[in-house]
Amino acid sequence: MSTPILDASFALNVALLLMLVAIAFAVVRTRSLLAAILLMSVYSLASAAWLMVADAADVAFTEAVVGAGVSTIVLLGAILLARGETERVNWKLMIVPGVLAAVVGGVLIYAASGLPNYGDPASPANSHVGRAYLEATYRDIGAPNVVTAVLASYRGFDTLGETVVIFAACIGVALMLGFGSRATLAPPTEIPNDQHVVLRVVAKLLIPLIVLFAFYVQFHGDLGAGGGFQAGVIMAVAIILHALVFGLRATMAAVPVSLARSVAALGVVVYAGVGIVCIINGGGFLDYDYLFSPRVEAMIPANLLGDPNHVHHWGQHFGILFIEIGVLLTVSATIVTMFYGFAGRTIETIEAERRT
Amino acid sequence: MVEALHWIGGAFIVAGALLSILGAVGVLRFPDVYTRIHAASLTDTGGATLMLLGMGFLSPLGFVTLKLLLVWGFVMLTSPAAANALANAAYGAGVRPRIGTFQIMGDDKPGPASSGDGAAS
Amino acid sequence: MLVAAGVAGLVVAMSLMIVRAMIGPSHYDRILAANSFGTKTVLLIALMGFLFGRPDFLDIALVYALINFVTTIALMKFFRYRTLARPLGAMGRGAGKDG
Repeated sequence: MSTPILDASFALNVALLLMLVAIAFAVVRTRSLLAAILLMSVYSLASAAWLMVADAADVAFTEAVVGAGVSTIVLLGAILLARGETERVNWKLMIVPGVLAAVVGGVLIYAASGLPNYGDPASPANSHVGRAYLEATYRDIGAPNVVTAVLASYRGFDTLGETVVIFAACIGVALMLGFGSRATLAPPTEIPNDQHVVLRVVAKLLIPLIVLFAFYVQFHGDLGAGGGFQAGVIMAVAIILHALVFGLRATMAAVPVSLARSVAALGVVVYAGVGIVCIINGGGFLDYDYLFSPRVEAMIPANLLGDPNHVHHWGQHFGILFIEIGVLLTVSATIVTMFYGFAGRTIETIEAERRT
Repeated sequence: MVEALHWIGGAFIVAGALLSILGAVGVLRFPDVYTRIHAASLTDTGGATLMLLGMGFLSPLGFVTLKLLLVWGFVMLTSPAAANALANAAYGAGVRPRIGTFQIMGDDKPGPASSGDGAAS
Repeated sequence: MLVAAGVAGLVVAMSLMIVRAMIGPSHYDRILAANSFGTKTVLLIALMGFLFGRPDFLDIALVYALINFVTTIALMKFFRYRTLARPLGAMGRGAGKDG
């Protein structure tokens, strides 16, 4: 990178980190919970921009959609059940935690100064495992995006664990907040005397576009930034937009709770199922080279990806495709379930439950 | 020719950035919610259009230009709709403007705050 | 060079928006500031893609342009109506019904 770009990224780093400090200070000082959630969304956005400067496109993508999008909306649903303001804390109670936090922060900053320079090719992260992955990805898998290759193929078992953890979160939220009959207790009346025609029309235009874009991100994950996790979140955001504008009842008629529940489980089944098919065909669990038996692999047309002379690793390609679909199903269903659980419970429904 | 396109694109980008800064200054200095919504949404959309046009000049015609067109389309679709929804919500909640009135909606009489400002209505 | 100037201008505009998000006396000011910050971040991400020579960033800008809208609607709906579940009214219906 030439020097002007380095200067530009350094200046951007300083500016964005100063913004982060200012926003964090504002989050701590404000007493209104809505303002705190709003400022946290802005914080996630500034973090995403800063991660972009650090050239981490997949991480920035996930931070933007999850931190600034879904996390804000679900937190809003959560504080529907609470008071809107926090209490003022006596400053004397904050001395010991403050000193403790300062000491730990100081130790961390001192430790960070011992880390190798950013982008140093001789650092341990870039010279052993990192370099091995960069060199081996084209030979073994053939996908341009190394992050997806590592996530989905080399470390596919870890990603299966992540997917199961997300599914466990879905079950946990469902058990605590309920779905099924309890989640549809939202009263059907509309909000009085307000006309939101523009919003309804724009939402009707946008929802299919967002779903389409989720599929684009899903299938483009091999080539650029993206993948199953981000695509699942974007799909859930489309359904949440529908619920926000047209009401939770209309959305539950379109995407029922039982569908969300089964799709979340189906995602994990698809993922693990790919691994088991690999075992049946003679390889290890999630060893995609054994996904297709040689007879099936001979039936795949050689010019499916455009270039008949280039050697394609069909097992890897289709294996990553299928497991990303599994991740998409689980993540989108989990976030939809969480939104249904939080949005369906308001103070009135809790009171109604207590009365019955 | 390509150099000229680069300079034109750069000029559009700087113009868009200036418009955004003007909008941000407006949001800081305007007196109430409605004028701030006006400043923010107008300059956001205009600044985005100028910047995306500038970026379109900077890159060769192709997939990137299509994506820039899509970003422009989404910003044009969502930013004014969000501003409209916010102003609608603020009006429904009872926030009344400090300058001007809502006589166009037929249900507002000139308030005491505006009678001394010489608001033209 | 000009792109870097555009990025600097956008960063200045974003910082001013943060000030409004912090001090805005009513919540509508804050929601407006957050929405505007989001749109400016979309432009910043697209510009950074051009500055650093990575065209993948446009995907992220595209996605965030959509998500910013949904977050603003959610914040507005929460603050105005204290509910996320009821539908937003349409022309002519819902007059007089109090939920």
